[in-house]
Amino acid sequence: MAVLTYREALNRAMTEEMEKDPNIFLMGEEVGHYEGAYKVSQGMLAKFGEKRVIDTPISENGFAGVGIGAAMVGLRPIIEFMTWNFSLVAIDQIINSAAKMNYMSAGQFPIPIVFRGAGGAGGRLAAQHSQSFESWYAHIPGLKVLAPYTPADAYGLLKTSIRDNNPTIFIESEVLYGSKGEVPEGEFLIPMGKSDIKREGTQLTIISWSRALMYVLPAAEKLAKEGISVEVLDLRSIRPLDEEGILASVRKTNKVLIVEEGWNVAGFGAQVAYLIQKEAFDYLDSPIERITQEDVPMPYAANLEKSSLPSEEKIIKKVREMIQ
Amino acid sequence: MSQPKTKKETEDLLELYRQMLLIRRFEEASAKAYSMGKIGGFCHLYIGQEAVGVGAISALEQKDYIVSTYRDHGHALARGLEPKSLMAELYGKKTGIVSGNGGSMHFFDKKKNFMGGHGIVGGHISLAAGIAYASKYREDGAVTLCFFGEGAANIGSFHEGMNLAAIWKLPLVMICENNHYAMGTPEYRALSVKDVSVRATAYDIARDHIEGDEVRKVRDHVKVAVERARRGEGPTLMEISTYRFRGHSMSDPAKYRTKEELDKYKQGDPLIKAEKDLLSAGWAQEELTKMDETILKTVEESVDFAEKSEEPPLGWLYKHVYAENV
Ligand SMILES: Cc1ncc(C[n+]2csc(CCOP(=O)(O)OP(=O)(O)O)c2C)c(N)n1
Repeated sequence: MAVLTYREALNRAMTEEMEKDPNIFLMGEEVGHYEGAYKVSQGMLAKFGEKRVIDTPISENGFAGVGIGAAMVGLRPIIEFMTWNFSLVAIDQIINSAAKMNYMSAGQFPIPIVFRGAGGAGGRLAAQHSQSFESWYAHIPGLKVLAPYTPADAYGLLKTSIRDNNPTIFIESEVLYGSKGEVPEGEFLIPMGKSDIKREGTQLTIISWSRALMYVLPAAEKLAKEGISVEVLDLRSIRPLDEEGILASVRKTNKVLIVEEGWNVAGFGAQVAYLIQKEAFDYLDSPIERITQEDVPMPYAANLEKSSLPSEEKIIKKVREMIQ
Repeated sequence: MSQPKTKKETEDLLELYRQMLLIRRFEEASAKAYSMGKIGGFCHLYIGQEAVGVGAISALEQKDYIVSTYRDHGHALARGLEPKSLMAELYGKKTGIVSGNGGSMHFFDKKKNFMGGHGIVGGHISLAAGIAYASKYREDGAVTLCFFGEGAANIGSFHEGMNLAAIWKLPLVMICENNHYAMGTPEYRALSVKDVSVRATAYDIARDHIEGDEVRKVRDHVKVAVERARRGEGPTLMEISTYRFRGHSMSDPAKYRTKEELDKYKQGDPLIKAEKDLLSAGWAQEELTKMDETILKTVEESVDFAEKSEEPPLGWLYKHVYAENV
């Protein structure tokens, strides 16, 4: 089995898909000559040429629209947002055009497009460059939303997204690009709507996704040493959501903590909590808890930034309380 | 231009006149149905602007694409979409062009490369650039025609779409139908220029500006831009000056303009102009009246069809939220 970085896994997925299908192209700021702001598209310009790896001016709304228009007539664009923070400039196109086109044309114009790029918090990038938008996009029918944590998941889910006939919001984690993991040789796909148990446990389920798992998994490890058995469920796919997978784990452990990097108010974890109380209320031994980013724009100061985010310590403390 | 000289020219004008008249009668019928509460939502009429849509679209080939705004009835009819299915769409019936999912602002017809009515002002301009981009990518020789109002020329998407089309020399013709008002805002309160097409110079692309009251003149000018695009010489920004005789939408009494102004523009009604030209080229009044009667009948049939059609089944609510992965 090969060990790849998260960025290499993404690069491999795009490259393989583009080799197979000439309708696929990659477009965005700095994706070509610069080889990607985070070097995800390294080597791709040399391989596919300027026709298929296209540098754009800084005009997110414009090139998101170009991608959607091209998808209307059968091309399969991958649109890279340098980071998801800048996707807000294009949110009109994503919501009002991409997500609705198939519906309002009664199925005449599916939009097979992937919007992808770096998301998430951290790195002392402060308020405008350090935010998680999964909940925003998950709110919109017509979009699919993915947020992988491991290189293998990134590879398998990106390939699935590229082949999907719907607009996909593929949120990569900025701080995970260099992280390494085993990626099986040969091609494989991971279906959307399937969560993954990243760690088996019996006493409590932590539901999380993307880089928040960086805190969750070591916390679970430490708790195990104290004799507390935590199951860690990685959603990977926010929309569609693996309702069965979530409920199965809840029925097994009877306690749930949801850890997310985004804000609390109207955050996606609230939706997951609703689902659980609705469908598995009788299985719950205690109220569902959440740990989220604090209800503030991201501060710059290192200590404040750290204290605003979920952390190993917060998770351990909360789990201990819940297990009492 | 004005009067047609040969028989061929006369017959050509007659066909364009027929299309404009169909739009006029169709929209009068929709206005009536709207007032009776049969049509919901917004309903933006095209009355007064017919020569622009008909002239421009008649300059295209079947393989070319059209991207429209929420004022899309006229463009759709000019492209030959079925009046019946358009009227049924206005009524929200399952027989509508998008089976009741779209309504007035969202006509789409893939078979006719009619790429939609779009409801966000200017948002569709970059979509049009994308469709043109795909034509260039595939070298299919098609040109994309994008309509928008002068109000849309102030939104970011317009500028971004124009810049992208310019740097990539896309086969795109952008037609600003300047009807002088964006809802209730007159152009002089919203635009830094008197003629939107001068903004082309900022992007170093071709431009044109004409009055939009003569349908054949519109076609001739649009043709130049379409051919330029087809030759691979890039986009054109055109302003075609026109006027809407009704309010912005059916719910707008248009109190922001004077009766004198409206009367002045009605002198330039493109239908009356074409009619005069046909008459002085020797066409008989009775022929035109007969044509009108036939059109009225078509429109009546489409209303009847819409009235009698069923609403979409409730089970369709979730249909088409996502496309199938086949
Ligand atoms: C982004 C956006 N802002 C505002 C509106 C509301 N709105 C709908 S039409 C319109 C006026 C647009 O005028 P113009 O582009 O000149 O086109 P016209 O209606 O004259 O054909 C406005 C403000 C909208 N639909 N989208």
